[in-house]
Amino acid sequence: MMLNKIAAAFATLLLISGAASAQGAKLNDAQIAHIAYTAGLADIANAKLALKKTKNKDVRAFAQDMERDHKAVNDKALALVKKLKVTPQDNPTSKAIAKGQADERAKLSKLKGKAFDKAYIDNEVAYHKTVDGALQNTLIPSAQNGELKSLLETGLKIFQGHLEHAEHVAAEFK
Amino acid sequence: MSTTMRAGFVFTGAMVAVSIWGSAVARAETIQVAIDKVAYNPVNISARVGDTIVWMNKDIVAHTATNRDKSWDFMIFPNKSAKLTLKKAGEIDYYCKFHPNMKGHISVKP
Repeated sequence: MMLNKIAAAFATLLLISGAASAQGAKLNDAQIAHIAYTAGLADIANAKLALKKTKNKDVRAFAQDMERDHKAVNDKALALVKKLKVTPQDNPTSKAIAKGQADERAKLSKLKGKAFDKAYIDNEVAYHKTVDGALQNTLIPSAQNGELKSLLETGLKIFQGHLEHAEHVAAEFK
Repeated sequence: MSTTMRAGFVFTGAMVAVSIWGSAVARAETIQVAIDKVAYNPVNISARVGDTIVWMNKDIVAHTATNRDKSWDFMIFPNKSAKLTLKKAGEIDYYCKFHPNMKGHISVKP
């Protein structure tokens, strides 16, 4: 079970970093913005599902934080791309993230109670690890525009906070 | 005693009075802590009982200033602030509930 989870997380990581590196030098700011925005949207969708299903107060508080924070960061990203007159561009990495998390939600929606809570929070831990890694290793170093880079850097610190928060909540279900 | 010397004593007396009054006033300080880029700035504060801490959130997301002992917990939205007057001496560790990687410390002297 645990091995499966690690394998799944690793596969997602490979998929994201693989897709990002397959694009290589072609990963431009419009694509980076799209990847960051898509990653945020996916976590908002995860949070909304959790808010519908959970009865655990810590899981609920975490999901509310995710919905609020990712919306705030995405609103900033939208305002920035508008200011820079950049149109975010769909790309294989964005697609991999959106599909990966949609698949996770399909699995999660079949679960109930404590099984749902544990699976949701475990996915949040794995997903934030993956996205934080992609930001740190690929997206931030590739970003050309200073304001976009700075927003991604602040985003990374916020999401590192989410990872730590998720790990605290996950510890309840061990 | 010469006029100059007397004037000197009066002057010194006035200085002492001013400095005693001054230190009493200085005790009720307001200490500003900026919340910026997911960090409290400054991270470590030295304060005295009666001082007030004001946290100003300059970030794009909401944060909290939450005492580890749970005796206070402020939610601070972007561009908003929160205020706390220190009532007793001691060492305070606080953090952000939403982003536990944010940590701060207040050393409160009597």
